Amino acid sequence: MESSNLFLLMLALGACAFYIGRGRSLAIASPLGGVRHLHSLPNYYGLNALLWCALPSMGLLILWLVLDEPVINSIVMGALPAELVPSTKADFNLLLNKISNLADGIMSADGQPAFMVAAAESMAGLRVISQWVLTAICLILATIGLYWGWRRVAAEYRARQSVERVMENLLLACACLAIFTTVGIVFSVLFESIQFFRSVPFFDFVFGSDWSPQTAIREDQVGSSGSFGAVPLFVGTLLISAVAMFVAVPIGLMSAIYLAEYSSKSVRTYAKPALEVLAGVPTVVYGFFAALTVAPFLRDLGADFGLTISSESALAAGLVMGVMIIPFISSLADDVITAVPQAMRDGSLAMGATHSETVRKVVIPAALPGIVAGIMLAISRAIGETMIVVMAAGLAAKLTANPLESVTTVTVQIVTLLTGDQEFDSPKTLAAFALGLMLFTVTLLLNIFALHIVKKYREQYE
Amino acid sequence: MKQAKAAAKSATDTKSNPKQNLEVDTTQATVGNRFCENPKMSMRDVNVFYGDKQAIYDVSVDIAKNEVIAMIGPSGCGKSTFLRSLNRMNDTVDGCKVEGEVLLDGHNIYQQNLDVVELRARVGMVFQKPNPFPKSIFENIAYGPKIHGLADSRVDLDEIVEGSLKKAGLWEEVKERLHQPGTGLSGGQQQRLCIARAIAVSPEVILMDEPCSALDPIATARIEELIEELSQNFTIAIVTHSMQQAARVSHRTAYFHLGKLIEVNPTEQVFTMPEHQLTEAYITGRFG
Ligand SMILES: Nc1ncnc2c1ncn2[C@@H]1O[C@H](COP(=O)(O)OP(=O)(O)O)[C@@H](O)[C@H]1O
Ligand SMILES: [Mg+2]
Repeated sequence: MESSNLFLLMLALGACAFYIGRGRSLAIASPLGGVRHLHSLPNYYGLNALLWCALPSMGLLILWLVLDEPVINSIVMGALPAELVPSTKADFNLLLNKISNLADGIMSADGQPAFMVAAAESMAGLRVISQWVLTAICLILATIGLYWGWRRVAAEYRARQSVERVMENLLLACACLAIFTTVGIVFSVLFESIQFFRSVPFFDFVFGSDWSPQTAIREDQVGSSGSFGAVPLFVGTLLISAVAMFVAVPIGLMSAIYLAEYSSKSVRTYAKPALEVLAGVPTVVYGFFAALTVAPFLRDLGADFGLTISSESALAAGLVMGVMIIPFISSLADDVITAVPQAMRDGSLAMGATHSETVRKVVIPAALPGIVAGIMLAISRAIGETMIVVMAAGLAAKLTANPLESVTTVTVQIVTLLTGDQEFDSPKTLAAFALGLMLFTVTLLLNIFALHIVKKYREQYE
Repeated sequence: MKQAKAAAKSATDTKSNPKQNLEVDTTQATVGNRFCENPKMSMRDVNVFYGDKQAIYDVSVDIAKNEVIAMIGPSGCGKSTFLRSLNRMNDTVDGCKVEGEVLLDGHNIYQQNLDVVELRARVGMVFQKPNPFPKSIFENIAYGPKIHGLADSRVDLDEIVEGSLKKAGLWEEVKERLHQPGTGLSGGQQQRLCIARAIAVSPEVILMDEPCSALDPIATARIEELIEELSQNFTIAIVTHSMQQAARVSHRTAYFHLGKLIEVNPTEQVFTMPEHQLTEAYITGRFG
C-alpha cells in the first residue's frame, strides 16, 4: 500500500480507537451509576486508545520512510560485483542514481549494461517488499495498540494522567525537532566552511579587505586566484543596516508612541493595520521601488547640490530598507507600550506630570526592554535582507563608509556566489557557506547582546 | 489629631447653628453635617457621568483643613469616581464628564483655563494598588520635585527625598538602598513609597483610594498610623472598604450609596448612632 494511503488508514484506525475506547468506558460507567464513577472522563479513555493505536505505528512509519531508501540502496550496491563499483564518491552516486531511475522506470532500460538492469530490478523488488512489510507491521502495531487501549479501559484506570504524559512528551518532541533542525543547519554550514578554510586561510577571510571571488575554471586562466577578504562585505552590510536603522528607529518608535498614547481609538483601528501592511509588502517590490524610484531620485537630488551619488547607492537601499523595517519596530513597540500598566500613567499624572512627561519619563523607560528587543530584531532583519540590496545597492565590494557610493553586502554576495554554474567544491561556492556562518555568528551575537540588555533593564525596572 | 478633631467639631457646630447653613439647599437627600467654615475643599452639586451613565448624583460636601474624611459604601457606589473628580483624574477617562463645582480654597478646579498640572501637584493621590514607577527608590520620590522644578540643586533634591521618606516612615528601612528599584520593596513599603512620592511635591490635600486593600494587616496598621501623623500637615480624603479603618483613622465619615451621598457625620457618630437608615444597614453589615 502507498505510504500516504497507509497514513490515512491509520488515522481512520485511530478514530475508531477513540470511539471504541470511549464507548467501552461508557459501557463500564453505566452499571456503576454514571460517568462520575470513572476515574477520567470518557473522552480521555478514547484519547488514550487513540494514542496507543496511532503513535507507535506512526512513529514506525516515519522511521521506516526515513531509513528504507538508504538500506535498500546499500543492499543493491553491496550485491554488485566489486569490480563494477566505482571508487570515487561522485561516480558511485551517479551509478546509484542511474539504477534508481531505472528502477523507477524514469529511464529506459534499452542499451544499459545488463548488471545495471539487474540491480534496478532487484531494487524495484526490494521496494515493493519493503512497502508490504511496512503496511503489515503498521497495521499489526495499530491493531495491537487499539486492543491494548481498549483493554486498559477500566473505572480506576487513570487515562487522564496517561494522556497528559503523552501530550507532554509530544510537545517535547516537537521542541526537540525544531532545535535539531537548527543544529543540523548550523553544522552543515560549519562543515562546508571548514572545507572552505582549507583553501583560504581563516584570517585572510575574516580580516582581508579585498573581495573578488574569481577562481579559475581552467588551470591556465588569468586571475586564477581570487581573494576572499570579507571585510568590505561586512562594512557594506553595516553601512546599509545603519542607514536603515537611522530611518526606522525614530519613525517606528514615534509612530508607536503616537498610536499607543495619543491616537483616538478610531484612528488606531485603521492606522495600526495600515502600518502592518508595510510588513506584508514583498521585499522584491521594495527592491524595485528602491532601484527605480528612490535611487534615481537621490542621484538627481545629489546632482542639484553638486554631490555625486552613484545610481546604486547604500543610501537608497538603506532608506527603503528602513521603511520596510518601520512596522517591525512600531508594531512591537506599540505592543509593549500598551502593555505598560495604566497604574504607571495614573501615578505620574497624579503627580502633576503632563502627558508627554509621563510618556518620556515613565512609560518609555518601563517599556524599554521590549523596545530594545524589537530594535534588535529589526537589526537582525536588516542584516539578513537581500533583495533590496541586490537591486538597489550594487555588487561592487568597495570598502567605504560613504553611503553615497555603491556597496554590497554579505547576503548579496552569497546569492551571487551560488547562482550560476560552479563546481560545488570550488572555493567560490564554499565561500558562501563561510559567509553564511559569519553572518549567523554576528546575528547570534547581536541577539545575545539584546537579551543581555533586556535582562539588565529588567533587573533595574521590575 | 487634636486639631483635626476640632475641625470635625466645627462641622458639628454648624448644624446647631442654622444661621451658617442658610445658603445650603436643604432639599438635598444627604443628612448630617456636610459643611464647615473655611473648608479646604468644597463640592457643590457634583454630578459625574460615564458617557450616558450617571455615577454620582448631586453630591455636596465640605472637607475641612487638616481633616481626615473617610468615604465608605458598597462597592460600585461611586467612591472612587467621586475621589478622582477632586483632582480631575477623571479627565483621563474617556467619556467621563463632571458637572457642578469643586472648590479648592474657594477656586473652582473645573474652571476653563485652570492648570491641571498645578492642581494635581496641590491635590495628590495614592492609589489602591501600590504603583511605584519602575525606577529606583530615589528616582521615585525625586520624580515630582524634578518635573515641578522644586529642587534647585542636588542637595535640595536629596533633602526633599529624605524628608518625604521620613514623613512616610520609610527612611530607616530604605536609606541604605535608595538606588535600588522601588519595585523590589514589599507591598506595604511600596505603598508608603507612593505616599512619600505624593508628599514630595508638598501637596495640600492627599486623596487615598483604598490604600490598604492590597496590604496585609501589619502593613495596614503602619499606613493607618502614618495617616494619623500626616493629618497634622495635610488634608486627607480616604476611600476605604473597611469600616474599622474608617473608624480608626478618620474624623468624619461620608457614606455613599448608589452614587448618592447619604450621610456625613463625625466618625464616632456614624458608627454609633447613624442618622440614616441606609447607613445603619451598611455598618451593621446588612449589605456591602
Ligand atoms: N471608566 C469607567 N467607565 C464607565 N463606568 C465606570 C467607569 N469607572 C467606574 N464606572 C462605574 O461607575 C460606578 C462607580 O464606580 P466606582 O467609583 O469605581 O465605585 P467604587 O469605587 O465605590 O467601588 C460603577 O457603577 C462603575 O461601574
Ligand atoms: Mg473603588
